[in-house]
Amino acid sequence: MATIDTVREVLVENLDLDPEAITEDATIESLGIDSLDMAELTCEIEERCDIDFGEPEGLSTIGDIVAHIDALS
Amino acid sequence: MEMSEARPVGLVSGSGRGIGLACARELASRGFDVCLNCSSERSMEHTEAAARAIESEFGVRALVFVADVAKAAEVKAMVDAIVSELGRLDVLVNNAGITRDGLIARMSEEDFDAVIDVNLKGVFNACKAAAKVMMKQRHGRIINMSSVVGIHGNAGQVNYAASKAGVIGITKSLAKELARRNITVNAVAPGFISTDMTDALSEEQKEAIASRIGLGRFGSAEDVAALVGFLASDEAAYITGQAIEVDGGLAL
Repeated sequence: MATIDTVREVLVENLDLDPEAITEDATIESLGIDSLDMAELTCEIEERCDIDFGEPEGLSTIGDIVAHIDALS
Repeated sequence: MEMSEARPVGLVSGSGRGIGLACARELASRGFDVCLNCSSERSMEHTEAAARAIESEFGVRALVFVADVAKAAEVKAMVDAIVSELGRLDVLVNNAGITRDGLIARMSEEDFDAVIDVNLKGVFNACKAAAKVMMKQRHGRIINMSSVVGIHGNAGQVNYAASKAGVIGITKSLAKELARRNITVNAVAPGFISTDMTDALSEEQKEAIASRIGLGRFGSAEDVAALVGFLASDEAAYITGQAIEVDGGLAL
């Protein structure tokens, strides 16, 4: 599964977000993802992708998250 | 057993005896499937016996998990096993605790660390593992066993008092972190309760303590478990971030 699809799936399942709204360009802020959501997303991604997400700085879009995960896997 | 999936699930750490066992029995009496926990194979036998007694008395499932709460990997494995076996985790009662009393001049670094590792880090480990499950569920109750000693202090217990004060700090912070996921986090602070822990006191010490308790007697493990049961119930849905004393009116 492409990373963007994994991220989309996790966000839809855990945060009830509209899958259509989750694009590479969408910002974390515009999707209403807060710090607690982000923590939940991170835990889920770590489990699914078997990575250590770390504490990256400067992630502002879904594309940034995808690129960060791809760099780790 | 067909109904077991419909039952809520509670985990009580350190539940082979004393307050922990009373809490597990209280949850079972309220219709929870309960997960008992002990720290080593050594205490497995009587914890298993307690679980069988709970099953026959209350008609719920009672499972036993061996895990040292001071070890994050063991706690995570326990929570994973509970979720895979019972499908969910609704209530976590962080009860496991130890004492290594002594005046500070005579207290070893090992005795300080051991108490902090189990009583404080153990709560962190279990909260962390359970919070992930409860966040997904959008529901959960965490009840942390503190102590009046964590609020008022006690000579000879700087390690224990520090750990129990720390538990209140975790409770209040986590209540704020997890409120938006419909998870409540509260602490219960027992006073002097008749358990193996207080049986170690001499009769003289016990009398001296009882004279400072408004109700004039030590409490029972069931007195504490009753509050834990209430905090786990639907009636307590709007209570979070609190540290509630169950001390019979103790004047410290």
